[in-house]
Amino acid sequence: MSDTPQPGIGEQPPLDSSETPEPARRSRYGIETRSIHAGSPPEPVTGARNVPIFQTTAYVFEDADHAASLFDLQTFGYIYSRITNPTVAALEARVASLEGGRGAVAVASGHAAQLVAFYTLLEPGDHFVGSRFLYGGSLTQLSHTFPRLGWQGTLVDPRDEAEVRAAITPRTRLLFTESLSNPAAVVADLAMLARVAREHHIPLVVDNTMASPILCRPFEWGADIVIHSMTKFLGGHGTSMGGVVVESGRFDWSADDRYPGLSRPDPAYHGLTFHETFGDFGFTMKARAVALRDLGPALSPTNAFHILTGIETLPLRMERHVRNAEAVARYLAAHPAVAWVSYPGLEDHESHARAARYLPDGAGSVFTFGLTGGYEAGVRLVEGVELWSHLANVGDTRSLIIHPASTTHRQLTDEQRTAAGAGNDVIRISVGLETAADLIADLDQALTG
Amino acid sequence: MTSPIRMLEADPGLACDPADPSCAVPGVAGEYADDLLVGIYRSARTVAMVGASPNPMRPSYFVMKYLQRKGYRVIPVNPVAVGQAILGEPVVADLRDITEPVDVVDVFRRPDAVPGIVDAAIAIGAKVVWMQLGIRNDIAAVTAEAAGLTVVQDRCMKIEYGRLSGELAWSGINGDRITSKRQALLG
Ligand SMILES: Cc1ncc(COP(=O)(O)O)c(C=O)c1O
Repeated sequence: MSDTPQPGIGEQPPLDSSETPEPARRSRYGIETRSIHAGSPPEPVTGARNVPIFQTTAYVFEDADHAASLFDLQTFGYIYSRITNPTVAALEARVASLEGGRGAVAVASGHAAQLVAFYTLLEPGDHFVGSRFLYGGSLTQLSHTFPRLGWQGTLVDPRDEAEVRAAITPRTRLLFTESLSNPAAVVADLAMLARVAREHHIPLVVDNTMASPILCRPFEWGADIVIHSMTKFLGGHGTSMGGVVVESGRFDWSADDRYPGLSRPDPAYHGLTFHETFGDFGFTMKARAVALRDLGPALSPTNAFHILTGIETLPLRMERHVRNAEAVARYLAAHPAVAWVSYPGLEDHESHARAARYLPDGAGSVFTFGLTGGYEAGVRLVEGVELWSHLANVGDTRSLIIHPASTTHRQLTDEQRTAAGAGNDVIRISVGLETAADLIADLDQALTG
Repeated sequence: MTSPIRMLEADPGLACDPADPSCAVPGVAGEYADDLLVGIYRSARTVAMVGASPNPMRPSYFVMKYLQRKGYRVIPVNPVAVGQAILGEPVVADLRDITEPVDVVDVFRRPDAVPGIVDAAIAIGAKVVWMQLGIRNDIAAVTAEAAGLTVVQDRCMKIEYGRLSGELAWSGINGDRITSKRQALLG
């Protein structure tokens, strides 16, 4: 592997500064207020101020007519927790608010969120264009499992407009990218992708997990659907799996015949036309009433409660995650045992300019660096740290470290590892909320050994 | 009374700048004050639904069913369906055929049909003309307001009720309502 950590591309055109962020949905309230209050008025029966854990599967109908209206989606209300649950609903409304979206569906994991979103938009035989820089598990899901469902994809560089355009076919139905990629920290050119998607009238779907809605709100740049693994920063404490799909409410699913599941009477819901009936939250209703109902990855109410509690401090946590990540990145960049550091907050990073634009308050806290000592040095580092946890996760209050070559990417050849950004010398870290000096001291003793 | 619709200075006939993306988005906070909508729901008893369909999969049927469950009397108006009943209510051909007082005229027709509906709404003494999601006619809206009626455009009577009662959030929909009060605005 070369010592270039940053997935390089050729000459990049300057950012088009005529494209500026637009609030997707004006709110009367600031993001800190919404992190605490959105989706959670007092529980009306008891007055309980925080959201109770409705650890319940089913809900009594008032009468037969009420039951019929609920099943027909004519009345709002709860039927069965595979589809809706009061604690999960509070979380959905809160994340929708933070992203500036119209509606959201929460599911059991980030991977389930991707499945539900794709399932709602793609028919067998359809095609998608995805970023080449995604979480490894997502790359596997998109390139091995999704084709078995009849959805073929082409992976591209999300910074390269020509490559993105060339990949779009008449059967392409969505464009998928991470805003800030895990682990390479490539910042996608969201405004460019939104422009290309708009020209082809396909939705731009963005996994915003690594940035969180505190650091980046893709809807402001023209995205149509946002996905999160809530397992990471939203929950934030390493307690609960969860995923969510958020809809902006701005995409016109009925403009042509490409999204028949939304624009035409749906045989899976006795002839209901979701877009016409539910307007700007037609996608959310369809994702819930068909994809979640039939695929079944419901989020547990207890997990929803833990994630809701996590979100209350999200703005404070992201600020500190970023501050600690910057301190650790600068320390590493100056260390002789470190060959390179790939953190977009550093001025020499290839994504620095895009990070300044799309993530003005900081480029998150998950990034990679390379050791001059290669594979052996990587193994020594993860074994030598005491405070950092050696495990496969990101977005925890605790600082996390992993050597992909000896763990998650072990089965691959050297060339495959390098292509995946997981060469033998690569270490990935997720900088937590401990005292920055303690994190640096621990790395220092392990690096100096 | 000031108009509930944001008027553009340049063109008083345009309620909303079509180039402003937020205007294309129903449910944006601020275009209609919550108090205005709550006032309509609290004072109304009878809704005449123009363009009501006997097909249970049509949006109008959903809205009629929902409003009935919330206690409103809904009178379906549709010349093509006269002689039938929808959800137990006989269909009338024209707003002017309704003999009882009508509070809200809820419009499920194309924008170009709205001026005629507004004239009839004024003639029968309705207090509110409500155009459903996706339906806008700014000229007809000005006519109705000049006659003292309240006008709501491009909103769904079911969805707005759901937003103000908190029921919409049960489906994970963001209505941008934050409150520490125990009682919802409606419901
Ligand atoms: C960016 C990103 N997207 C999606 C996922 C998948 O989420 P989950 O593990 O909750 O299924 C992950 C998990 O690491 C991730 O980092």
